[in-house]
Amino acid sequence: MVKKTKSLNLNFGPQHPAAHGVLRLILELDGEVVEKADPHIGLLHRGTEKLIEHKTYTQALPYFDRLDYVAPMNQEHAFALAAEKLLNVEVPIRAKYIRVIFCEIGRILSHILNVTTQALDVGALTPSLWGFEERETLMTFYERASGSRLHANYFRTGGVNQDIPLRLIDDIEKFCKSFPKIIDDLESLLTDNRIFKQRNVEIGIVTKKEALDHSFSGVMLRGSGVPWDLRRSQPYEIYKDLDFKIPIGKNGDCYDRYLCRIEEMRESVKIILQCVEKIPKGPIKSIDGKISPPNREDIKQSMEALIHHFKLFTEGYRVPKGNVYTAVEAPKGEFGVYLISDGSNKPYRCKIRAPGFSHLQAMDYLIRGHMLADVPAVLGSLDIVFGEVDR
Amino acid sequence: MIEESLQKLEKLINSELASKIQKSIISHNEFLIEINESDLIDVVQFLKSNEKCKFRQLIDIAGVDYPEEEKRFQLVYLFLSHENNNRIKLSIRFQTDQTINSITKIFPSANWMEREVFDMYGIKFKNHPDLRRILTDYGFKGHPLRKDFPLTGFNEVRYSEKEKKVIYEPVKLEQNYRNFDFESPWEGTSYIKEIKNLKKDGKKN
Repeated sequence: MVKKTKSLNLNFGPQHPAAHGVLRLILELDGEVVEKADPHIGLLHRGTEKLIEHKTYTQALPYFDRLDYVAPMNQEHAFALAAEKLLNVEVPIRAKYIRVIFCEIGRILSHILNVTTQALDVGALTPSLWGFEERETLMTFYERASGSRLHANYFRTGGVNQDIPLRLIDDIEKFCKSFPKIIDDLESLLTDNRIFKQRNVEIGIVTKKEALDHSFSGVMLRGSGVPWDLRRSQPYEIYKDLDFKIPIGKNGDCYDRYLCRIEEMRESVKIILQCVEKIPKGPIKSIDGKISPPNREDIKQSMEALIHHFKLFTEGYRVPKGNVYTAVEAPKGEFGVYLISDGSNKPYRCKIRAPGFSHLQAMDYLIRGHMLADVPAVLGSLDIVFGEVDR
Repeated sequence: MIEESLQKLEKLINSELASKIQKSIISHNEFLIEINESDLIDVVQFLKSNEKCKFRQLIDIAGVDYPEEEKRFQLVYLFLSHENNNRIKLSIRFQTDQTINSITKIFPSANWMEREVFDMYGIKFKNHPDLRRILTDYGFKGHPLRKDFPLTGFNEVRYSEKEKKVIYEPVKLEQNYRNFDFESPWEGTSYIKEIKNLKKDGKKN
């Protein structure tokens, strides 16, 4: 006798701690096995692209902090690079170093959050308590440079907003010396942990071909054994002068992706240490007065400077006609900005390419045939942040 | 280096797809080709499978709206080739009521990207497996990224204490959204002067 079974529809989220934000995942279950997953996104949609079309280039930049809010400066970087490409401005060397330092800090911020919450999703509480302490330290570095812990608004077209305070470099160096120990501690909790391995090894396997077909990037791609990192293959800023390795996974499962992230944190620390050592003195933003505002002292003395300051903060600068696509290796993958300018002071169109969007799209393919309990583990290893998926 | 490889690519594509390419431009070290919207599937298939192109990853699909022009919409497909380490932009232009062939058969990841374009611009795709709205609210009306869609939108939501549920209302603002026109005859940097001169020269000729 064949017993008839009916599949069960389960609503996962939008308010679920393991959904990493506001994801509504509609699961079709046969017993405990997932037959189909249909992610409903857009609950955090704020119309970033539409808003940017109505703002000048300077005003558009802060919106990028609010995309992937665990690594804000990496996003700003992509937009700054796009505007610089259209304007053809030279960025001073010190600014490049500062940018790289803060992008790598962003990478560590993001990876700490992801690794520890992934552990939290499969039942380990301690890593997140240890990890978040370090995140706090890193965010104070953000604060000391830009004035805010999260929404930094620090990068500018042609450089960064202001020079970093005197002792910050030393403190970052101190942190980099002590942080590898913390990574070791985290690893001692997770890497050989039996439960963590049982929950992650051979779960959510992605083959090389599938990773390409599904537009994966970043750790999702490298976890499957594709050696591709924009910092190495299409280097921007000063990455080609720096010495770092690119960790690559073998099996393409959740566990390999976790290992990649841990190794990437170690590499980021190395990059920061090299930058701290090499960082030269000098200007921190473009000397082109039609793009960078004059400093306070000049405004008090010179009429020209005052006029420029006024015009830059009302009209902004005009960007020549054209369209460019620039991408950076954000912690989550390739974050790109496709910018179209019509020659006015506002972007005509600014398409934001968020890595998480393509990753979440593959959820159905990743989870089909797995158990319900694997959903949080896979979701955790995708490294989803809804700020950037929904935009 | 990059420029050389792009020129090579341009030559290859122009010779292989000669009849289909309307225009090919290299600027800012980026390569853009414009094609007819009916050739889309063929060209994408070629770019993905050709031995020398190998654009095996679709990065994004960007819609653009030009309300004044006859061919109002533009779609820009961004591709990446890991093997050759280069990128290509593929652009099509078409009118409001035209449907475009879906490329989900060639790139599965185009699924959500096309849904997003449909949601934001109202462009319809032929043979798309599941063309629903994706980013906007359930039951949303209009296409927000069209240039004629107001920034403030039409409806707002709030929780109504009286009805004990979330309700939709027409947008009421204390102060209307003000769009200041700051554009002035202020002279920009040298490159803007150059562009202006170019335009003047063009008119004379």
